[in-house]
Amino acid sequence: MKNLPNRMALTKRRISKLLAALSLTCATASFAAAPPTAQVNTTNLAVTDDTVTVGILHSLTGTMAISETGSVEAEKLAIDQINAMGGVLGRQINVIVEDGASDWPTFAEKSKKLLVNDKVAAVFGCWTSASRKAVLPVFEKENGMLYYPTFYEGLEQSKNVIYTGQEATQQIIAGLDWIAKEKGAKTFYLIGSDYIWPRTSNKIARKHIENVLKGEVVGEEYYPLGHTNFRSLINKIKVKKPDVIYSIVVGGSNVSWYKQLRSAGITPDKWNLLTISVTEDEVLGIGGENVEGFYSMMKYFQSLDNPNNQEFVKAFKTKWGEDSVIGDVTQAAYLGPWLWKAAVEKAGSFDIDKVAAASPGIELNTAPEGYVKVHENHHLVTKARVGKWNKSGQAEVIYTSDLIEPNPFPEGYQ
Amino acid sequence: MEGMSLSEWGSIIAMQGFAGISLFSVLLLMALGLAIIFGQMGVINMAHGEFMAIGAYTSYMIAMFVESYAGWFMDYYFFFAIVAAFFVAFLAGYAAEYLLIRHLYKRPLDTLLATWGLSLILQQILRSSFGAREVSPPLPEWLIGSIEIAEGLEIPINGLVVLGLTAAVTAGVFYLLFKSRWGLRVRATTQNRVMSGAVGINTQKVDRVTFALGCGIAGIAGAAFTTIASTGPTSGSLYIVDTFLVVVFGGAASLLGTIASAFSIAQAQSIMEFFMNGSMAKVLTLLTIIAILMFRPEGLFASKIRK
Repeated sequence: MKNLPNRMALTKRRISKLLAALSLTCATASFAAAPPTAQVNTTNLAVTDDTVTVGILHSLTGTMAISETGSVEAEKLAIDQINAMGGVLGRQINVIVEDGASDWPTFAEKSKKLLVNDKVAAVFGCWTSASRKAVLPVFEKENGMLYYPTFYEGLEQSKNVIYTGQEATQQIIAGLDWIAKEKGAKTFYLIGSDYIWPRTSNKIARKHIENVLKGEVVGEEYYPLGHTNFRSLINKIKVKKPDVIYSIVVGGSNVSWYKQLRSAGITPDKWNLLTISVTEDEVLGIGGENVEGFYSMMKYFQSLDNPNNQEFVKAFKTKWGEDSVIGDVTQAAYLGPWLWKAAVEKAGSFDIDKVAAASPGIELNTAPEGYVKVHENHHLVTKARVGKWNKSGQAEVIYTSDLIEPNPFPEGYQ
Repeated sequence: MEGMSLSEWGSIIAMQGFAGISLFSVLLLMALGLAIIFGQMGVINMAHGEFMAIGAYTSYMIAMFVESYAGWFMDYYFFFAIVAAFFVAFLAGYAAEYLLIRHLYKRPLDTLLATWGLSLILQQILRSSFGAREVSPPLPEWLIGSIEIAEGLEIPINGLVVLGLTAAVTAGVFYLLFKSRWGLRVRATTQNRVMSGAVGINTQKVDRVTFALGCGIAGIAGAAFTTIASTGPTSGSLYIVDTFLVVVFGGAASLLGTIASAFSIAQAQSIMEFFMNGSMAKVLTLLTIIAILMFRPEGLFASKIRK
């Protein structure tokens, strides 16, 4: 064992030599690749010869912090990985993180700060539709670029936003088709928290059930956000005996809803429950035993079996801890920086107008969910998946659709 | 609705009855602590929900500990957790009274702001120490699911447990306030603070223990609610509005009023929810309460104090 230190020193020396050689190549590579700042930045953004500054704008405090933490982690991971690969147009990415504090006016204020004071080249952020609606006028007026990760109700399109999550038709329709075919479902009970996303999504679901599937909606109900008592509703469901309970309950209510369903004997052996508001993140709070056997419609599940995803999950856990879970939105947030990088490189410029124009048609083969492509309407062409939850809080993917074109203004569904 | 037999309707009505009683026990359990503090001390404790969250997290920590180190205890930990939640929240309440509330007794409106600030601080402390995400304490097997009394008649076990616990805590509070020496001192202090001091009651100590007791009961509620609802840094805020509603509607200084008010709100809410949309039921419940409060501004059971 005596010669061990020597050997180690040798290895160290070798490694440092190797590193020096590597960094030299990297430096030359990036030097060669990095075009002059005046050429890639004609609108006075925060771009220097070797750095570019972007913003992350999510709720780090307040009620929404529960949901948005995962998105921040994913965006930071993507940016770290891009920097390790040499950055964007030879420039390392600096991040300014701002806290929207679960308060929509704060989101608007902070986005103005990022765009006007910090002159960031892109912002990755927002989670709720309310926060997105609050910042949208700011982004359009100050001409910024927002990468928005959450699946949402659609009915929106902007030059200044890339929507990396699914709009409602991409999320809902494939899943409804699947359950109608697979389970012979004819009657549906629609339940939601009382705000824009569940109501708009259920509108689409109802039209699809009635007009396309020729089924019947036997109930449609909304409960205030934060509602914690669902026992009367559960009795009503027992009266109507729907083939499918279709649920969009969110936040703290979600936990009460599933715990009370389970305790009232609504179990997957006798009932089908399909939801678009439960990801791995929510199951942490609900408890796997309470959603076991129910179905979620998402585009991504942590359990997806492909090399991209295995690498992503591994990198995520290395950076943020073994216990972390990755939900649909977290993965969509991870796509943001990569899509921005691809658009900037395609445009050969950081200018917002050029990046926006270059975005449609961008393809990403390295996405954990598989292949995605930016559509003309700034949403992603993506697949829909149905996952069946198990006790450990992971989903088994039991159905994958073909690629679905985004259609934020669906005709016949409004 | 066609195609349902009489016995099925019977089951639904029975389960609906239980839904009302179950909501009643939830409302009462969370309002008791607040009612004691508000009724006896006139302090509006906006941080009540956070003391519930403290109880819930205590239960969570015990559950996690038991799950990893003492699996055999899993079936029974819940009762232990409730007792522990009481003491942790009691101590937290004791400290809050000592550090904050006692300086503000002469400025009752300021306690509203101070306790609201306290609730924000507690939320952030919980968030920093447990993370922003909700957690889910593993529950013993017997607590999950329902008892099937007859075909189609299923009574949730967690609802029964909360019901039993509420009954026990309510009985305990009544005994403490109306049968014990300590309760005598509390009531004396409420009626006439200066006189009570003059006859040798340590009113400061009475206040401190009353406040801590109210918080401790909130802790019990929090631990019990891990079986039916969420555990997160802001979970407490889900309950605070309903809690105030029950206390104000019941009449601030009366425990009987709190019980009557929890019962009527729960039944109204639960029955209306069965016949209409959840949001609409809430609106109607609130409208009814506003209407009644217009005629009885003191609440259902006004205390008879000479003004």
